[in-house]
Amino acid sequence: MFSFCTDPATLPDWQWWACYLTTGKHLAFYASFGTVLLLLALAAPAALALGLVGALAARSPNPLLAWPGKLYTSMVRGVPDIIFFLFVPLALDQLFEIVRHKIKCPDWGQPIWQGNDFVVCPAAKLPLSSAPQWVHEVYGFTLALIAFAIVFGAFAANTLKGAMDAVPKGQIEAAEAYGFSRGQIIRRILLPQMWIYALPGLGNLWQILIKATPLLFLLGVEDVVYWAKELGASKTSAFAYPHPDWRLWYFLALLVWYLGLTKISEAVFARLNARVSRGIVTVNGGNGA
Amino acid sequence: MMSCSDAILAYGLRAIGIGERLLPKHDIGLCEQVVLIGSGLIWNIYFAFFALLLGFFLATAIALAKASDRWWLRKPAEWFIFLFRGSPLFIQFFFAYELFVLLPKVGIDIPLGFTTITVETRWLTRAWLGALIVLFLNTSAYAAEIFHGALRAIPKGDIEAADAYGLSGWRRFRRIIWPTMLRLAWPSYTNEAIFLTHATTLVFFSSFPAWRQEGDALYYASYFAEKTFNPFVSYPIVAVYFIVLTLTIIFLFGRINRRLNRHLPRAERARLRIRPRLLR
Repeated sequence: MFSFCTDPATLPDWQWWACYLTTGKHLAFYASFGTVLLLLALAAPAALALGLVGALAARSPNPLLAWPGKLYTSMVRGVPDIIFFLFVPLALDQLFEIVRHKIKCPDWGQPIWQGNDFVVCPAAKLPLSSAPQWVHEVYGFTLALIAFAIVFGAFAANTLKGAMDAVPKGQIEAAEAYGFSRGQIIRRILLPQMWIYALPGLGNLWQILIKATPLLFLLGVEDVVYWAKELGASKTSAFAYPHPDWRLWYFLALLVWYLGLTKISEAVFARLNARVSRGIVTVNGGNGA
Repeated sequence: MMSCSDAILAYGLRAIGIGERLLPKHDIGLCEQVVLIGSGLIWNIYFAFFALLLGFFLATAIALAKASDRWWLRKPAEWFIFLFRGSPLFIQFFFAYELFVLLPKVGIDIPLGFTTITVETRWLTRAWLGALIVLFLNTSAYAAEIFHGALRAIPKGDIEAADAYGLSGWRRFRRIIWPTMLRLAWPSYTNEAIFLTHATTLVFFSSFPAWRQEGDALYYASYFAEKTFNPFVSYPIVAVYFIVLTLTIIFLFGRINRRLNRHLPRAERARLRIRPRLLR
């Protein structure tokens, strides 16, 4: 990074630190914070969209919609989310490969599950074994993102369903009296009014989403936890920057970063809540549920 | 492939080191999976039970400290709650493990009069103690916040009535404040108990090693998913186990809830409402 970094062993203290903290691996470590923020930025709207669909389906008078909706909203209640995080990416990966296998290699002839092996034809592999490294990384990240969206979609569906139920009945009845159709009621009355009731729950959910992001590590994504372990591990003198086991300090840095992130979002949601609550009377005097 | 009774004998208590030494590797049948994952559940129940039991008392103390007028009690309580509720449990596990590894390896003798037990700090790097401590502190922080909210919601009239009857200090706390706090907090606390139980699945996926492959239910489930390349069997098994465990917790805590509310007319009793609050 700096011109004086050519021989780290001879450097004085502050220069050694300046060089150490700007090695290529450290830059990758800093970039991985971006990966976490990117996951948050993509998973939140995806989960919200899935949650909206789930909540509307669960409230639908049509049992063909209501049953899957209710199943979706209740699936996260009894089962630890970590199970979903481990299961969904693996299951999706296999499903994608089976579908591609059926399309691309119809004459393969061998069973896909052979004893303890899962074998699809090379052309059906995802990503292809010839694909460059970044494709593998993007694919892994996308699977993780889908898992986050599904799990947090279920949580958001719970929150949004509660918020929709909290919209005063009189509003819906008035719309019906004016001859609004079901779709019109949802679009013009239900959705605009439910946000105020949903916001505290969604704020809570956002905090939980932040605190779930280290699980990216379990899904094989090179996230902040991966780099903290990697960089903190003790380095012998074979390395350019030898040091003892520093993982404690790297994890301390992660701890502080996460504390800051949750603290900031708490403040943002408090302001947001105060803003949307203006002029609206709720049971708790404007603070929502 | 083993018969089911063989699988129960070989793996029924494998998670605590009794039975077959090696985990199944080839020809893995359904029975082996159900039995071994079920034996892993021992660890989840162990962690959840002791963390909740010990955490209950610490949480009460911290909730009281946070409600205190004295800043030197209130501030540490607020910081403790912020530290454990504001950061991911997963990172807390990693951090605590590294901390425990760096501690000097010494044995501390504790004389108990009739005998002396030696507490060794190397036990802290084992999941049974180290992870339990993290879970205990974590649930204490979450429960303390719940209890603190309940403390503030105690009707003023109750406390004034206690004062009028001449109750004060410990007796007022023991007879009036504490029972009312528990009654108000219980639905949320049930939720906390459920999600702490779910969080115990993280232990063996953070730094804590599964010594001699003695792990929890999810540890074995992911072991099978890796070995058989088939996630569609072992993960649903562990999911069903956890649904049963969750229903058991709801049942047990519901009984306690009934007892806490037994003096109230039926319509005023707090109902348990299970709201998901997943990962911490």
